[in-house]
Amino acid sequence: MTAAATTTAPQPIPAPVPDPSPPEPSIHDFPLPSALLHPSSEPPTLITQGAEGRVYRTTWVDAGRECALKHRPAKPYRHPVLDARLTRHRILSEARILQKCRREGVAVPALYGVDEAAGLLALEWIPGAPVRVCVNGWIARRKERRRRLADGAVGDESKAQEGQDNSEPAVVAEVTADEEGADVLMDLLRRMGEAVGRLHKSGVVHGDLTTSNLMLRPWEKGKAPSNGHAETEQAAEESLDGEIVIIDFGLASQGTADEDRAVDLYVLERAFGSTHPKAEGLFPVVLDGYRGTFKGAPVVLKKLEDVRMRGRKRSMLG
Amino acid sequence: MTVASTKQPRHAAGPLYALGLEGSANKLGIGVLSHDPATNQTTILSNVRHTFVSPPGTGFLPKDTAKHHRTHFASVCAAALRDAGVSPAQLSCICYTKGPGMGAPLTSVAVGARALSLLWERPLVGVNHCVGHIEMGRVITGASNPVVLYVSGGNTQVIAYASQRYRIFGETLDIAVGNCIDRFARTLRIPNDPFPGYNVEQLAKKGGVLLDLPYAVKGMDCSFSGILAAADVLAAQMFAQDKLLAAGGALKEGETRITPEDLCFTLQETVYAMLVEITERAMAHVGSRQVLVVGGVGCNERLQEMMGRMAADRGGSVYATDERFCIDNGIMIALAGLLAWETGFETRLEDSTCTQRFRTDEVHIAWRED
Repeated sequence: MTAAATTTAPQPIPAPVPDPSPPEPSIHDFPLPSALLHPSSEPPTLITQGAEGRVYRTTWVDAGRECALKHRPAKPYRHPVLDARLTRHRILSEARILQKCRREGVAVPALYGVDEAAGLLALEWIPGAPVRVCVNGWIARRKERRRRLADGAVGDESKAQEGQDNSEPAVVAEVTADEEGADVLMDLLRRMGEAVGRLHKSGVVHGDLTTSNLMLRPWEKGKAPSNGHAETEQAAEESLDGEIVIIDFGLASQGTADEDRAVDLYVLERAFGSTHPKAEGLFPVVLDGYRGTFKGAPVVLKKLEDVRMRGRKRSMLG
Repeated sequence: MTVASTKQPRHAAGPLYALGLEGSANKLGIGVLSHDPATNQTTILSNVRHTFVSPPGTGFLPKDTAKHHRTHFASVCAAALRDAGVSPAQLSCICYTKGPGMGAPLTSVAVGARALSLLWERPLVGVNHCVGHIEMGRVITGASNPVVLYVSGGNTQVIAYASQRYRIFGETLDIAVGNCIDRFARTLRIPNDPFPGYNVEQLAKKGGVLLDLPYAVKGMDCSFSGILAAADVLAAQMFAQDKLLAAGGALKEGETRITPEDLCFTLQETVYAMLVEITERAMAHVGSRQVLVVGGVGCNERLQEMMGRMAADRGGSVYATDERFCIDNGIMIALAGLLAWETGFETRLEDSTCTQRFRTDEVHIAWRED
């Protein structure tokens, strides 16, 4: 047995300085993949720098067909052999899985083209916004609504003090199922669960389900189900109406194991809780939506309970 | 965790002093630190550590580690106070690791903390070990709101701050990355002094052939047990080759000669690529450009280098510290405890327990604004 002891001389450490580069995801310049430098292609816009790669908005074959071009550049931090192995494997697997989903009728982007050596995947452009943005927008509007209500109460002199005290916590309180206006959010969550259920039913496990990887595509004119859905775009956004389209199959795999499906749901549950802490309590609605989509769903949900319990160093309480 | 009834912020003219006691694993770390609530300036006055090192091929057992902590508690504590030049009466509080960690070593240090609290009539503050790492990393590096990769022998978590909680975005689904490396070091019978990961890193610097290991990332989570098993299989092949060659035999045609250096190189390249990948995923998810690496594995230079390249690619930077602050120490416990103490937090003697299971996201981070 040996020992190591360290001592340091006292030295004051200044207070932490704020982040010099604000976390605003402004996109800086990258070299474009050669496909986008072709003179006939539309000027591309970089949409996002995800962990997997960069997504550009451009056109495919003709100017009228919008396309999302997914480029997986080489990761300089990774050993080149490992990197090439992973990139090739992931691109091909993503392409195969998208095709499989299309065949089975799961709402995913159409596959236009693959170049696994260059790390390129051309996909159908999905209009609309990620569910993350929609849910956060809903929560922001709710906050605004409550603040206005609270301000209204402040206007009344006699209740001014009281009104502020009582309303302030309500503005930031967690969303509950029975509160006013929560039905549209719950409906969205149910559709999320149904979309994931359909995916699992087709024999695909996503591997990275988050509210960023679920798009809310507004109904196309005339294609909306005929049960009184919103017509205008503004109303569509407010009503959280539309079809859930699952994107980013970079970590997806084919399989029907209940374990993998349950882990998929667990990943979504955790991502949902960390991204939308205010609406965390409503997540069971997603699972309710999932339950009805295929025969094996209840078994998966049972398995989900095991996966939750197994999560590392879970609190022993309860 | 129990909270004192008076949750009033505590103010003081000038700096407050705290003693930090850490012993959740094989390191007994005690340190004194001061923090000025008015200027938010932190000063490290002493940082003494005594490590229990087990023989090559073995790990540290709870029983032996606890005995080590009990044996050295008084002398390390006296050294910490002496180095700092602070008397017990000046201390605002005594901070100890409440968890997570190994039960027996945690208990030894908690008993020591209680004894000091009664002896010197100073209040106790129970601290979450992971939060200690994060707060220390933030203070040392000056990163204000980073995505945190916390990697050690017992923990592997990707953490981001939101609404007064350190939320866990991704974590290992089985063993910690440090555990994977330590146990592989055991397979290769690499010395545990100063620590196994350091010796694996030194060997890896001499390697250069990437062997075939699985790569296990699931969303923002990852898994290491399968990689360890596969690496152990390769190591067994290497030992078989050693035996064959020693007996005067020859390798089959086309068979690669496996070396410890290449094994360590491959293991590092694989597991660190996984860690960087899940960190990048979390950064993309929360839209952050700062990344802070804390925990014992965080002082690995190859991990820091890979993380730096990834962060640079995203237009950001990596913040890492050296072994004084990365590896378990007392001052990080003192810092997280003192910050909580300043917000009015206190652990009463009857509540001064410790626990092996204590999630990072259970702690209310009252000292950070939303």
